[in-house]
Amino acid sequence: MDFTFTPEQDALREQAREFLTATPEPTWAQLAELGWTGVSIAEEDGGAGLTFVEEAVLFEELGRALYHGPYFATMGLTLPALPADLRAEVATGETSWTLALGPLVPDLDTAERVAIVGGDGIYELEGGEREILATTDSSRPLGVVRGGAPGRRLADSGVLAEIESRSQTALALEASGVARLALEDAIEYASSREQFGKKIGVYQAVSHPLADSYTRVELSRSLALWAAWCVATGDPQAAIAASAAKAYAGESAVWVCETAIQSLGGIGFTWEHRLHRLYKRALAIESFGPSGTRLRAEIAASLLSTDGVSSESPEPVSIAQGG
Amino acid sequence: MDLRDTPEEATFRAALRAWLEENLPAGLQGHRGGATRFDGPEMREWSRALYDAGYVGLTWPEEYGGGSAPYTHQAIFLEEMARAEAPPHIGVIGIGMAGPTIIAHGTEEQKARYLQPLLSAEEIWCQGFSEPGAGSDLAGVRTSSTLDDGHFVVNGQKVWSSFAHIADFCILLTRSDPDSSRHAGLTYLIVDMHAPGVEVRPLRQITGEAEFNEIFFSDVRVPAKNLLGEVGGGWQVAMTTLLHERGTLGFALQAQLEVQIRKLVALARDRGADPLQRDRIAREWIEMQAVRYTNYRSLSALMKTGMPGPEGSISKLVWSEANQRVTKLALEILGPDSALGEENAPYGGYWQYQQLRSRGNTIEAGTSEVLRNIVAERVLGLPYSR
Repeated sequence: MDFTFTPEQDALREQAREFLTATPEPTWAQLAELGWTGVSIAEEDGGAGLTFVEEAVLFEELGRALYHGPYFATMGLTLPALPADLRAEVATGETSWTLALGPLVPDLDTAERVAIVGGDGIYELEGGEREILATTDSSRPLGVVRGGAPGRRLADSGVLAEIESRSQTALALEASGVARLALEDAIEYASSREQFGKKIGVYQAVSHPLADSYTRVELSRSLALWAAWCVATGDPQAAIAASAAKAYAGESAVWVCETAIQSLGGIGFTWEHRLHRLYKRALAIESFGPSGTRLRAEIAASLLSTDGVSSESPEPVSIAQGG
Repeated sequence: MDLRDTPEEATFRAALRAWLEENLPAGLQGHRGGATRFDGPEMREWSRALYDAGYVGLTWPEEYGGGSAPYTHQAIFLEEMARAEAPPHIGVIGIGMAGPTIIAHGTEEQKARYLQPLLSAEEIWCQGFSEPGAGSDLAGVRTSSTLDDGHFVVNGQKVWSSFAHIADFCILLTRSDPDSSRHAGLTYLIVDMHAPGVEVRPLRQITGEAEFNEIFFSDVRVPAKNLLGEVGGGWQVAMTTLLHERGTLGFALQAQLEVQIRKLVALARDRGADPLQRDRIAREWIEMQAVRYTNYRSLSALMKTGMPGPEGSISKLVWSEANQRVTKLALEILGPDSALGEENAPYGGYWQYQQLRSRGNTIEAGTSEVLRNIVAERVLGLPYSR
């Protein structure tokens, strides 16, 4: 068992952090130049032949950077539906995609091409009119497409299960990146801001919710990375891990941002600080796709339907205590 | 990153699982806690069997009777023990706390004398840290030790001491300098629990059982060679002990939580659960998985760098609160039947007992308040509150 990143994966994270700090609004071509649009695409299709774990590193960093662009829509949503020739075009950065799973389509303002689900297949949408909608979170605009007709058939709809696991995991990773930055902002503020003659981080009414935020950030990250590994290796637990990660990390990112806003007081409530943008992205992530309640209902159904151990057997041993 | 067992780990796990199936006495599986838990000979025999099979002191150096195995083996051992609902080795204080402290701070003579009998369950240890006036604030210790003719003379009272009623030795934190305060002037001793002047009284707890004890020391004479570390250097030695108390728990706790949730799911299947209760069951399952993979991350960091990752510090905090919620949820699912006591209660009173016992989880081995302070100050780097 090894749950650490390789030096190459660590280097990728470092590169991503540096690049996104220097280039907060990168173009698709720039991401392609870095090799990010071909990370998990096979080498024979022009990609790097790496795995979803490397993409996971990028999703976390892109979430943290509040990246605005079609990376999630292309790599997180549409990629499993694309045939080899179209994957190659993604790897080179020639094109980007989004997928209309519901009426509200993500990254419709930046994605070049649109895929739709119809009957038993996924098709490229030919023609049609796009309308970009006003959204609370400006970092991931939503839109609707009207009209148009199904063009090339891209994949069988059987691929939707993989799309669901991938996209939920990607969102959980983004959420984990958002939450960590919000926590860092709150720690920095609580370590410098003084009231009543002391740094406010001294007060446990401030520090304990931040300790709980840390807990939520780490638990979110553990679930998201577990799900990412399951997706990368085709593990049978991928679907339930992705649901668990999205339900927990989405809700937790919102909670961590709210705690950070409260910790910063007035300034956290204004547009002077970036927290409001992190918060809005967290809310958008939580609202995307099936709700946490729905995901948990599915998890409960799967837990309660399978055979388990009888509840008649007595207790597991309890924690031993010193004195 | 590969979350599967390596072939070598899988072999170890499979052998352990088979061994447990063959050797865990039916009467000890899911052994009920409480006063009677460790008193009979069967727990010593069980512990001895674990030792003879090579499962005790897995990560300890071979020269002290250990297995020199990697930490992953210890994690697998704790997981499989909890899943089999096997009671732990009776010497948990010795193995988890006294032993590592002796290895870190003891003389060669002390290591040769104490370590092997502790692993083989021939000698049982207890811990004498907390006092009526020194709980979370351990630096308030007042039990005194005075040097007199080659002996420390010990007087005072300790509390919350598991196993003290059957223990042979106690790791005892005392104040050797009466004029000192706080962290200075403390001295760490190994005390023979059979020495004249040691008195143990059971402490009845919320469940009605007596897991813990009070220990009274009246002019107990402790040979000077039983000093661990330096006179006045007891605080540093005690920190080693507490590091090990909290450091080795995570995997056992997660696995216990997994078993608890398995039982909760079985209960919900048995008795039915409404949609809101099902939502809470799913929440607990998700959080249990999150704790599992957080432990894995921390362990992986330990294997690679020799230092556990900071994320490992949250396991006990999260586990304790989860166990409280899970047991409360079970009572809610039981409905009015949850008011029934031991022999009249469904499932032999399992959930009623567990729920009451769980209230101690956020107090023992570091209160949740102290653990949040530790996360805030040492992990997040927030300013110290004291």
